[in-house]
Amino acid sequence: MQALRERATFAVAKAKRPPQDDHMNRKKPLITIFIALCIYGQGCAQRIKGSDTLLPLTQELAEKYVGKNPSEEVIVTGGGTGVGIASLMENTTDIAMASRRMKFGEKMKFAEAGVESKEVIVAYDALAVVVNPENPVDSLTREQLEGIFRGKITNWKEVGGTDGKIIVYSRETSSGTYEFFKESVLENKNYMASILSMPATGAIIQSVRQTKGAIGYIGLAYLNPYVKALAVSYDGGEHYAMPSVENAADGSYPIVRPLYYYYDAGKEEAAAPFVTYALSAEGQETVLGQGFIPVDFEK
Amino acid sequence: MKKVLERVVKWLLTASGFVTSLVILLIIAFLFAEGAGLFRERVIEEGYVLALHPDNPVREMTAAEIKAVFDEDITSWTALGGPDVPIETFRLEDADKYFTEEQLGAQYENAGALISELIGSRPGMIGFIPESMAVDGAELNFIEDNSISPAEVFAGTEWFPTATPAPLFGMLPLLAGTLWVSFFAILFALPFGISIAVYMAEVASPRVRGFLKPVIELLNGIPSVVYGFFGLIVIVPILQQVFGLPVGESGLAGSIVLAIMALPTIVSVAEDAMRNCPTTLREASLALGATQWQTIYRVVIPSSMSGIASGVVLGIGRAVGETMAVLMVTGNAAVIPTSILEPLRTIPATIAAELGEAPAGGAHYQSLFLLGVILFFITFIINLTVEYISARNRAKNR
Repeated sequence: MQALRERATFAVAKAKRPPQDDHMNRKKPLITIFIALCIYGQGCAQRIKGSDTLLPLTQELAEKYVGKNPSEEVIVTGGGTGVGIASLMENTTDIAMASRRMKFGEKMKFAEAGVESKEVIVAYDALAVVVNPENPVDSLTREQLEGIFRGKITNWKEVGGTDGKIIVYSRETSSGTYEFFKESVLENKNYMASILSMPATGAIIQSVRQTKGAIGYIGLAYLNPYVKALAVSYDGGEHYAMPSVENAADGSYPIVRPLYYYYDAGKEEAAAPFVTYALSAEGQETVLGQGFIPVDFEK
Repeated sequence: MKKVLERVVKWLLTASGFVTSLVILLIIAFLFAEGAGLFRERVIEEGYVLALHPDNPVREMTAAEIKAVFDEDITSWTALGGPDVPIETFRLEDADKYFTEEQLGAQYENAGALISELIGSRPGMIGFIPESMAVDGAELNFIEDNSISPAEVFAGTEWFPTATPAPLFGMLPLLAGTLWVSFFAILFALPFGISIAVYMAEVASPRVRGFLKPVIELLNGIPSVVYGFFGLIVIVPILQQVFGLPVGESGLAGSIVLAIMALPTIVSVAEDAMRNCPTTLREASLALGATQWQTIYRVVIPSSMSGIASGVVLGIGRAVGETMAVLMVTGNAAVIPTSILEPLRTIPATIAAELGEAPAGGAHYQSLFLLGVILFFITFIINLTVEYISARNRAKNR
């Protein structure tokens, strides 16, 4: 299931522009019919674009949403958070999916264009730091993690483990997970040069499983018994929390990122029904099913 | 009628030859054009500047120094020839830490002025900010933004293509990794490949050959990602145990997988070449009283040398250009390898892993094309060498 998700993300990420665009340009008569349908029918096709992390979730939400409201049409495409936000500004999408908060620079551009965007958190995604199950280390602070991933700490002895070299696994630079981990744990500093970068989460799990001194990071949904998750502390070791849906939802586990939908505040009516559905109990059940943390988990 | 047809066919053949050559030349030209663009790019990310306090005398910083400063590895301006003040870094994302939303204004209209003022008031601060924001605060100094130099690229030892504010494109580790892993792959594949080819061409009975040949050619049909996965799950743990390595993903694992992948090419081409050795030569050798073994290594192998050589080249070509399998087993650490038992990163793996997400037309994108150019030259030189060797051999045999 998870492997499939990655595959799908990759495939759709390649097709950056939705094919419908060219299609419509070439066939003018079709557009007229389409517009007529829009006017007579209940809804125009809703366009959603952006983050590849959110893509499989949004696709499933869209399928279920259309299943409930057959008159509606939803087109979901990937391309990355940056692409989604840029299209929202250019009005080529109705909802932008984002795996990070809108950047300061992007907000500035929205302000320049005079577009007011609305932000909705649809789900949370947590990253787990994992080691080999034979490793006696159970918990690390953010500072220790930063030292390890930046190559300042190279032996497990230095963080309370047995004597042995630390083998650090990371994702490739193209991955959103790589960026988020860098932002959250390394505070925007660079990973060390000799880090082992793996092309997929599955490969990280396999490597950590068979390498004694290994450490790596994976999405919460990928956790399995072959690797050991570490408790992480962001307050210098006072409070440690294990990665779990519960801890991520109540805020005690720190390596969590919100996943957002952005839409134009001026066109709220168009976007609202789908967003409301995504936040409904049924929509949030889908969120949980996809391995993400629902927005209102504790309720 | 027949003549017209003949002429048409002849014309078609000529045209297809020319079109193919033209397309190949165009692809190479495209590769070079994109790759050369890297040296026109600026060191600092486009649209951004590095702003300093007006009293700070530092004007020039290399990409490596910029990275060290923002990684907090260099913490004082003295290291860069400046005054003895600690370095404070400022990124646009830090704006929330210094100012409230109200101060910045609803449309962020005050942001430029506030940030310029902040940098202007802190003697040790270096700010990584958009060009447009720095204009209104004129009281600032800026780091000069030179274009990326070839020396930094070809002799650089650090590959950080996505680092901000200044990415590093040192290609030496990738080049070394590629050559290292291909060299060992050929070292493993060559003796095995040639001996299998000799066995199949000269020693094996037709029935054994009829069974072996399709089996070995079957290896060619396996997708490379399957080899990669096999390598990761089987070869990597074995190497880890045998050599007692802390980490199994290494150049050696990559070479072994590549050797297996290059084997069928070497075997089938070399075997075909040996079987095409004229029977008259073989019979003459036997008639002069040579044993079968003497015939093989004094007559058959030398006479089919050019075929064997081209098999080896094709094998090397496959090893040098292989992406997926290598991507999965070598660990992809961009450091210059000192032994074959260490993780390394190859050029094709880098291109495959990074091209999909590199913004088109940017420095990262162009640097990947430049890597393609380097790869092109490696294969080109190998081809020329073998051409030369086989031409000399042919001359000697005549």
